[in-house]
Amino acid sequence: MTISVILAQGFNRRGRRVLPQRSRTRAYSLSVFLIVTSFVARSHAQVTFERLLNSANEPQNWLTYSGSYSGQRFSKLEQISTGNARTMVAKWVYQTAATGKIETTPLVVDGILYATAQDDRAFALDARTGRPIWMYQRQLPGDIRPCCGRVNRGLAILGDKVFFGTLDAHVIALDAKTGARVWDVNAADYRTGHSFTVAPLAVKNLIVIGVSGGEYGVRGFIDAYDADSGERKWRFYTVPGPGEPGHDTWEGDSWKVGGAPAWNTGTYDPATNQIFWPTGNPSPSNRGEGRAGDNLYSNSLLALDADTGKLNWYFQFTKHDEHDWDATQVPVLIESAGKKLIAQADRNGFFYTLDRTTGKLLSATPYAKITWTDRKDADGRPVANKNASPTLQGHTVCPGALGATNFMAPTYDPQSGFFYVTARDQCDIFSTAPQPYEPGHAFYGSAYFPSEEAEPYLGFLKAIDPTTGEMKMKFQHTSPTWSGTLSTGGGLVFSGDAEGNFIAFDASSLKPLWHFQMGGAVYAAPMAFAADGKEYVAIAAGSAIYAFGLP
Amino acid sequence: MLPGQSGQRPVLCSANRLFLQAFVSVMIPFTMAAQNPLAEDPKAAKAGEYEFRINCALCHGLGARGGGRGPDLTRAQKKYAHNDAEMFQIISSGIPGTAMPANGTNGQGVGMTDEEIWQIITYIRSQETKSSATASGDAAHGKELFFGDGNCSLCHMVSGKGGRLGPDLTGVAGSRTRDAIIDSIRNPSRRLAWGLTEATKEFPQEYESVTVVTADGKQIKGVTLNEDSFTVQIMDPAEHIYLLEKAKLKSFRKSRESAMPKYNTDVLSDKDVEDLVAFMASVGTK
Repeated sequence: MTISVILAQGFNRRGRRVLPQRSRTRAYSLSVFLIVTSFVARSHAQVTFERLLNSANEPQNWLTYSGSYSGQRFSKLEQISTGNARTMVAKWVYQTAATGKIETTPLVVDGILYATAQDDRAFALDARTGRPIWMYQRQLPGDIRPCCGRVNRGLAILGDKVFFGTLDAHVIALDAKTGARVWDVNAADYRTGHSFTVAPLAVKNLIVIGVSGGEYGVRGFIDAYDADSGERKWRFYTVPGPGEPGHDTWEGDSWKVGGAPAWNTGTYDPATNQIFWPTGNPSPSNRGEGRAGDNLYSNSLLALDADTGKLNWYFQFTKHDEHDWDATQVPVLIESAGKKLIAQADRNGFFYTLDRTTGKLLSATPYAKITWTDRKDADGRPVANKNASPTLQGHTVCPGALGATNFMAPTYDPQSGFFYVTARDQCDIFSTAPQPYEPGHAFYGSAYFPSEEAEPYLGFLKAIDPTTGEMKMKFQHTSPTWSGTLSTGGGLVFSGDAEGNFIAFDASSLKPLWHFQMGGAVYAAPMAFAADGKEYVAIAAGSAIYAFGLP
Repeated sequence: MLPGQSGQRPVLCSANRLFLQAFVSVMIPFTMAAQNPLAEDPKAAKAGEYEFRINCALCHGLGARGGGRGPDLTRAQKKYAHNDAEMFQIISSGIPGTAMPANGTNGQGVGMTDEEIWQIITYIRSQETKSSATASGDAAHGKELFFGDGNCSLCHMVSGKGGRLGPDLTGVAGSRTRDAIIDSIRNPSRRLAWGLTEATKEFPQEYESVTVVTADGKQIKGVTLNEDSFTVQIMDPAEHIYLLEKAKLKSFRKSRESAMPKYNTDVLSDKDVEDLVAFMASVGTK
């Protein structure tokens, strides 16, 4: 049975339910048939690059990890609003039957929800009911070296295929209708600590993806693959090799194991054909000795030409990082008073706003507890204090190793004008010790511990004015959360918490309007879609995906 | 494949399965070993030290000496693991019901290979002080204090006897250092159970003090059993449990001042405290 037939039947059943009795006429049946036909035709439509460019025109769908190329994670849908959010109910739950954290953001295309889960599962569901259409699970080798759980943050979709990166460092394309594998490319050796956890980004006919492995001393890279064939079109090494600009920011051979992974999804500006992709920590993460220099392009925002992968500009948030402060937060494109901005709430505790055409820093403002810097350079960039470096016995620094934020997706709401981000106040004791590099073995050069003297960790949802970096409002969670955020046209911001709640906030006050206890901590970001004209908000928590809507 | 359609998977015939098992046991000597294949290898101990810093020191402290959250692992006698094979099992699978996570699941460090686990065990063995950490105090007197004049048992339980308001202290000496226990008696507010990272927060109770006033004006004082942004679960000194919605409360006040009084030297001498530690070390640590 083809998917289109299944969908047509499902739609027909639902359609009949809402029809009044008197409408059971031949004419009406015909019109229903026509609607069904047009719906089915729609579900066959390919997800073209044009559709991705104009994703704002189809808010019923969620076509990329962040919902659009801008990375704003904003949905125009307004059916669920500040006026009725308190009546929201759970519509369905899909259990992945996997253990560990689920970090996925689902995609929705024309009534079908596509998502990933732990251990490199991918699946397609009826977005109205949560009923599975297909499921794929990677047969992973026993000796993969994931860093922080067997996680995956999602898919890209283009044409009639979905794409994802695996924990054994392959990039694979699946048939969107069947889940059958179309192509499978080995990008790197998993035995030396390479893996993929990031949701790829489809741009033009390319599938762009960044590697994980900053815990293993990999040499980071961002790849682009031809969506049809899987052929690699370009690779940008985030650690420059001999003869390349920036190579002299590494001591000796340290560049070979320099890290700078690229494990969170970037954004794309069609006007300049630039991909913006953030990078992570230099390796070893907590030991600067042996890699003297700025360590480009670790902890940086890279502006790459989408066609060639050539570097147009970079901005390094944390030079010569010794605290594991990956800059792998989603860089968000914002238009403000005619200015083309790019904003990033960085793991190092500062909110940065840059001119995205040139990469020039416009402002850097703390949004969480920081102790690592008390001065800025001539360009306005915070400069690390000498005594912030880890020591043999340990030394307290804020933010802690997990950062002021981490991979939790932020959202920018063009209606309220605020940038919302999950933040935490936490300090850690950072210690360092020499450690030789061994392929495939964890390579931190360090340890870190909760600071006994510090206050308990605090977790927040914060609203920031991205034009000034000023923090305007905050909601304090019971404890720090790993949930991302979503804003919608209904004047709402959605986020989850470590205690398992999914919460709808008033975007103008951060007052909680509604919550639902999902029974598992949240490590994922919410998204919104519509099916049959009804708005849904979905999020992964525990080991499941939840969809909510109006009664 | 749709979930539940496992019948489509190829089923190994038993001969094949036997072969596979034999193959696996030959290929993975580290897993199957009942003894540490790297025992007393100084190179392995050094490698284990790196791994320990990354994966274990968060709770067990630098040098494995305990961090207030996890036990001091330098003592030869351990609460759960009596030999290397048991230690391997614990590091691999965690200890259910405690904050000790299974390998690779604490979301912080990286997962360890079997070889790396044996390296860590070799390292821990190299750090052990050979003397068994028998406490110097008088356990019998400590027991008298615990259930008598010290009033400890009003709130704490040991071996099924005592109160429920505070943590059950059965076996606490196996999971906390002597210094941490003494500090908790002298300065109970200095370190509530905060600081467990979310991933290891199997048991969420932090024993914060809480005072609420309900809609009908009733004041409840106690400790939090659990809490989220919208609800709180409280036990009062009479061991009544209250399940409350925060939005319906007139007031909600939480404090990190422990409900436990500060036992200074006027109340318990240093010797008394040593005796209490000896009592706690004498029960439930095997």
